[in-house]
Amino acid sequence: MSEPPLLAVRHLDAFYGDFQALFDLSVDVQAGEAVAVVGANGAGKSTLLSSIAGLIRTRRDAVTFDGAAIGGTPAHTIAARGIALVPEGRALFPSLTVEENLLIGGQLKRPGYWNLRRVYELFPMLAERAHVPSTALSGGQQQMAAIGRGLMSNPKLLLCDEISLGLAPIVVRDIYVRLPMILAQGTSLMLVEQDVVQALKATQRVYCLQEGRVALAGAAKDLTREAIAAAYFGV
Amino acid sequence: MSVRVAFASRSSHIGMGLCAAALVALAVAPLWGGRDDLQLLSEVYTYVALASLWNLLAGYAGLVSVGQQAYVGLGAYVLFAFAILAGLSPLWAIPLAGIIAAIVAMPVAGLVFRLRGHYFAIGTWIIAEVFRLLASQVSVLGGGSGISLPASLVIAIASSRQWRDFIEYWIALALVVAVLALIVLLLRSRYGLALKAIRDSELAAACNGIDVLRTKVLVYIITAAATAMVGAFIFLQRLRISPDAAFSVNDWTAFVIFITVIGGIGRIEGPIVGTIVFFALRQTLADLDTIYLLTLGVVAILVMLMAPKGIWGLIVESFGWQVFPLERSVILGDRRVVSEQKSGG
Amino acid sequence: MIDWINVILQGVLVGGLYAMFAAGLSLIFGVMRLVNIAHGDLIVLAAYVALVTTETLGVGPLTSLAFVVPLMAVIGYALQRLVLNRTLGEDLLPPLLVTFGLSVIIQNGLLAVFTADSRKLQAGDIEVATIRVFEGVYVGLLPLLQFAVAVAVIAALQFVFYRTALGRAFRATADSQSVAQLMGLDNRHVFALAMALSLAVVAIAGVFLAVRANFDPAIGPARLIFGFEAVIIGGLGSLWGTLAGGLVLGVAQAIGAHINPGWQLLAGHMAFLVILAVRPEGLFPKVRL
Repeated sequence: MSEPPLLAVRHLDAFYGDFQALFDLSVDVQAGEAVAVVGANGAGKSTLLSSIAGLIRTRRDAVTFDGAAIGGTPAHTIAARGIALVPEGRALFPSLTVEENLLIGGQLKRPGYWNLRRVYELFPMLAERAHVPSTALSGGQQQMAAIGRGLMSNPKLLLCDEISLGLAPIVVRDIYVRLPMILAQGTSLMLVEQDVVQALKATQRVYCLQEGRVALAGAAKDLTREAIAAAYFGV
Repeated sequence: MSVRVAFASRSSHIGMGLCAAALVALAVAPLWGGRDDLQLLSEVYTYVALASLWNLLAGYAGLVSVGQQAYVGLGAYVLFAFAILAGLSPLWAIPLAGIIAAIVAMPVAGLVFRLRGHYFAIGTWIIAEVFRLLASQVSVLGGGSGISLPASLVIAIASSRQWRDFIEYWIALALVVAVLALIVLLLRSRYGLALKAIRDSELAAACNGIDVLRTKVLVYIITAAATAMVGAFIFLQRLRISPDAAFSVNDWTAFVIFITVIGGIGRIEGPIVGTIVFFALRQTLADLDTIYLLTLGVVAILVMLMAPKGIWGLIVESFGWQVFPLERSVILGDRRVVSEQKSGG
Repeated sequence: MIDWINVILQGVLVGGLYAMFAAGLSLIFGVMRLVNIAHGDLIVLAAYVALVTTETLGVGPLTSLAFVVPLMAVIGYALQRLVLNRTLGEDLLPPLLVTFGLSVIIQNGLLAVFTADSRKLQAGDIEVATIRVFEGVYVGLLPLLQFAVAVAVIAALQFVFYRTALGRAFRATADSQSVAQLMGLDNRHVFALAMALSLAVVAIAGVFLAVRANFDPAIGPARLIFGFEAVIIGGLGSLWGTLAGGLVLGVAQAIGAHINPGWQLLAGHMAFLVILAVRPEGLFPKVRL
């Protein structure tokens, strides 16, 4: 571990009003890595991603990215720095077509591999539906569009919030099979998932959150199902 | 152990005591005040009444109307119409104006409640404009230039000018006391609880069985009736009416809104505080009409941006006072367990 | 019969102007759910700015547009950024009350500087030129021009909204402020741009108003009301609907005025109230903008 991590979250406390959701949380992502964050509902996984992406205010040094402290920076500035969040539930813009959603993802015009043509290459079913309102897509297609939208800004780090949520297993596999291609082009990944099996297969390291704290951390291949179940449910 | 809901608090006991004393002093004002004093006080009372009613609508029912001048004018025209056309004593015409306004408010509500939020506000303004235009078309009441109250009817109130002044003063005082009493009683009733629930969250209120629309319409109609009665009185005192004066946005809405915003929206004491500030400013900035309005506008905007709860709101937050016994507290045995105030109620 | 054709034609042409009043209002509501009560007064402000421009620079009204439009756009950006952005949120009172306060401030500010005297911009011969459509039916050249510009403005706004990156940003921010931020969009900046665009349209409307008729500081609220009525009659969320709404309003007023000059405004309000009673969603509503 000679190089500093791409993303370093240190002693993060996160609040919704008076309610504390995260307690002294520390995780990191190395450049080129895919890291999974698993845990039950309410464990704080989405809160973690929202804090990194700037939707929730944090202490300045709680989040360091690419060597710079970004805690407390507004979300649109963090996006410009190279972190893209694929929000829970897809959150495509209903007033925009599929292609317009992708284009607005590329609003920032950051240089890199990903552009409209290459996103369509990655997800050919989107090309077929380019000018359809985004609300007319199936769940799986929407998820692909949301990921594509995130890629359009050529992020160094892509945060994915529960991409398997509400999707059939075959559709989930269809999406996960493309993640290595994203990694190969230089974008690191942080995947928040309830589907632990899929998450373990796709990533190198895993954090398991329980009630706002890291209950377990380690290499994906080293962790047993029992250990994870224990950390997940807090038994 | 007994459980009960109480409204009063120590500060409201003091406040009500002070109010009672003030009321006595004001009731006998004809003894110590001159003509100018009585007229100034009457103006203060009418603005307190109008602002309190606007506050009830906007601050409690969440209905922001910029068209209450419709009812000020309607009330005034009803009084003049019945006085001139039917020879009805102006004193009877005041409550009649309230009744007619309530009746008119029903179909108006039917129309204007099809709009929501900001659009509702402008809709109320359009209604006021329609009333104004209709009034200008009624030539028997002076059309566009207006008309004066016949001398015979003025004399009918009282034969001497001094007693007319006294009677009009007491009417004004009675009106403002009645309006404030009406509002306090409404807020203490289950309708008041419903209003607060609606204000906090319409969806939650509806889920708890509150008929949101009906409550709002009810408040709208009551406010219209009371506003019309105050409007009838205002123009009775002026002895002359014209569409532009009766339906003036500046006089009956701009000032009223500014008073309430500066004094404190959503609290019954707010309009009273605001009116005092308003008149204090006016005495100092007298004769500078445009600059005065401009200043008011700037102050209102600053208050809205920086202290949205107004002057009284700041006082409540710092000291937790209330003058009128309105905040509900739960008393267990002899201990005050929960108070609405702390939770911003 | 010919009489009526003339009346309706005039109503249509003035309806274009009303549609322009409405377009700026509609845009702002679509993007940030704000109804700017000072909208009409800003139109009047633009008229006065045009007046000052033509008098000091000695140029015609059309040329003054080159100055008035950018100035109003900048004012719009600053107004949104410095004042109105701070009122946006769940509560509907702050934006309503602040824009109401603004309306009072603008009216009284103009009154203090320019007095209540009626003013008008001179456009020269074009003001009286007419075109003969066919026997007995004449159309003023200036109103026709204004109508054409109104249609062009609405078409341009449609283009911006649906075919440019800026329009995408507007629609996305209106859909979800937080997700729009994730795309790198600064909401404060997007809202300010929307207000700048709205006031650019207001500027054009103001100059046209100044040329067409007498104006004074107090006529703002009536312009707001006309714009608002056009939006409601036409249907929320559709710019072409707003144009239709403006036309209906203009024609209603023209017919009313023709029957009795004192009924012009009332006829317009009645048309609005009838639509509100019978078809509250408007003539051509779109579900969302």
